[in-house]
Amino acid sequence: MNEALKEMADLLEATRAQEVLQVEEVVGELIVWTSKTGLPVLLKYLRDDQNLKFQQLLDITAADYPAREERFEVVYNLLSLIHNQRIRVKVAAGEEDTLPSVVSLFPSAGWMEREVWDLYGVYFADHPDLRRILTDYGFEGHPLRKDFPLTGHVELRYDETQKRVVYEPVKLTQDFRTFDFVSPWEGILHLPGDEKAGEQGEKKKEEGAS
Amino acid sequence: MAETKIRPFTLNFGPQHPAAHGVLRLVLEMDGEVIERADPHIGLLHRGTEKLIEYKTYLQAMPYFDRLDYVSPMSQEHAFVLATEKLLGMEVPARGQYVRVLFCEITRILNHLLNIATFAIDVGAMTPILWMFEEREKLMEFYERASGARLHSAYFRPGGVHQDIPAGLLEDIHDWSKGFLQHLDDIESLLNENRIFRQRTVDIGVISAQDCYDWGFTGPMLRGSGIAWDLRKSQPYECYEELDFDIPVGKNGDCFDRYLVRMEEMRQSHSLILQCIERMPDGPVSAVNNKVVPPKRPEMKKSMEALIHHFKLYTEGFHVPAGETYTAVEAPKGEFAVYLVSDGSNRPYRCRIHAPGFLHLQGMDYMCKGHMLADSVAILGSMDIVFGEVDR
Repeated sequence: MNEALKEMADLLEATRAQEVLQVEEVVGELIVWTSKTGLPVLLKYLRDDQNLKFQQLLDITAADYPAREERFEVVYNLLSLIHNQRIRVKVAAGEEDTLPSVVSLFPSAGWMEREVWDLYGVYFADHPDLRRILTDYGFEGHPLRKDFPLTGHVELRYDETQKRVVYEPVKLTQDFRTFDFVSPWEGILHLPGDEKAGEQGEKKKEEGAS
Repeated sequence: MAETKIRPFTLNFGPQHPAAHGVLRLVLEMDGEVIERADPHIGLLHRGTEKLIEYKTYLQAMPYFDRLDYVSPMSQEHAFVLATEKLLGMEVPARGQYVRVLFCEITRILNHLLNIATFAIDVGAMTPILWMFEEREKLMEFYERASGARLHSAYFRPGGVHQDIPAGLLEDIHDWSKGFLQHLDDIESLLNENRIFRQRTVDIGVISAQDCYDWGFTGPMLRGSGIAWDLRKSQPYECYEELDFDIPVGKNGDCFDRYLVRMEEMRQSHSLILQCIERMPDGPVSAVNNKVVPPKRPEMKKSMEALIHHFKLYTEGFHVPAGETYTAVEAPKGEFAVYLVSDGSNRPYRCRIHAPGFLHLQGMDYMCKGHMLADSVAILGSMDIVFGEVDR
């Protein structure tokens, strides 16, 4: 970790022990994990403290990890123009959870929270105007979730008889294909018809590894 | 007579309106001719780029970036390849860096030429668009000679650029550059002291530095309000550190200042292009690491190893180590960033595209309040909105 990041991490851990759950560094970028209730407090502190001054909230986004208990990771990227630093604040959220909106702290959060709501379905409490933003009027579902199919559920076309655009369930003329890129040499652990060799093979592998 | 309260008149601006710069549906609540509230409805050009990228390999994902902000394609490719390179821990050879910077600056000029031309036509000046599109055409020809395409170039690659620039291109860019400053002066002589242009832009859409921070404005919007912030200077990437350029700033933060900032940025880009040509080093344009960069065709004819690499790279693609990064570049419109999450496979787990125009357009309501209807067109024009990147 470089000097400035280390200083910031130490400062945050020392002064904001309640809100900061974990501090980590990935490829030279500082990531701070916080809790749902601690989020506005931490962001306000990051914005106002003289040594931090993260005045711009440039990005709010999320990532979906369906295997986790709290599947969404909501990510806030901040920029300090005075100290020329960036920081990333992360908070975990489940499907039913509500996050506090930070529009009152950063007006720029307005549309970005709408986008996260639209594409992931993470709900923000006290947002002044939480409508869908990118998807169609009357759209259903949250398209960036990993369990939402790439092709979507409905398609639309102009109907010549009705003289209007109509929605229909997606009909694929060819099945949707995703390729599994795992090499058969690495991916298959047991060759078919080779059950006996399995146990010995496993042992050999372990020996090779150790 | 008792005063009757009049319900605000709701006006739909767009989605098909030449001054809407694409498919913006702006719902305006008007009190007479004064805007009380502006509610931009976006998403009419939403193509689900982020979702699509999750199903593509890194190399296949790259051309999507041309189609975001389609008037400055290479700047956006740049953000994506820089993010990928950061996760891969790759170095780009010097010539590759200079070629990239050269084309990023050409891109900046392309973008500003289009923005100023359309901005001018929105507020009533007809000539600049005719003159500037001629220059754009010349620049796009340089694009074509390097990448094969005028607009959607798909030229940058993780590790460098796709192929070296053809012989004689640098000389031709140099020849072009001789006349360009005179060209800008001509445009300025049409606009700067033009009474109509000034009346439509001076003191319209004024935004303070603090508001720029709050609303997350970057690029010429931020510099127009007097803040000398440019990622090329403050967080230099590629070879910008070795090059010499200034950051123009405005004073009042109005539409006219933003126009001036863009004009001056073009002059700076022009000087950067000349510096790149002068310093252009010899050597390879992309990293020599065949686990990421495909081998050249002549090599494939002779070497089995190269053939295998080529096959693997164009079917499976390269694997990127697990990690995540938020990498930003100073695109012509502001800070364009890619938040890339890799799970160690050959496809991005999550690729968030941060577009500057998205945040700028969000400020539309704040900036339009209290202005006349005609001013909303000037404000929109000075924001430099392109819907490809706003809607993604």
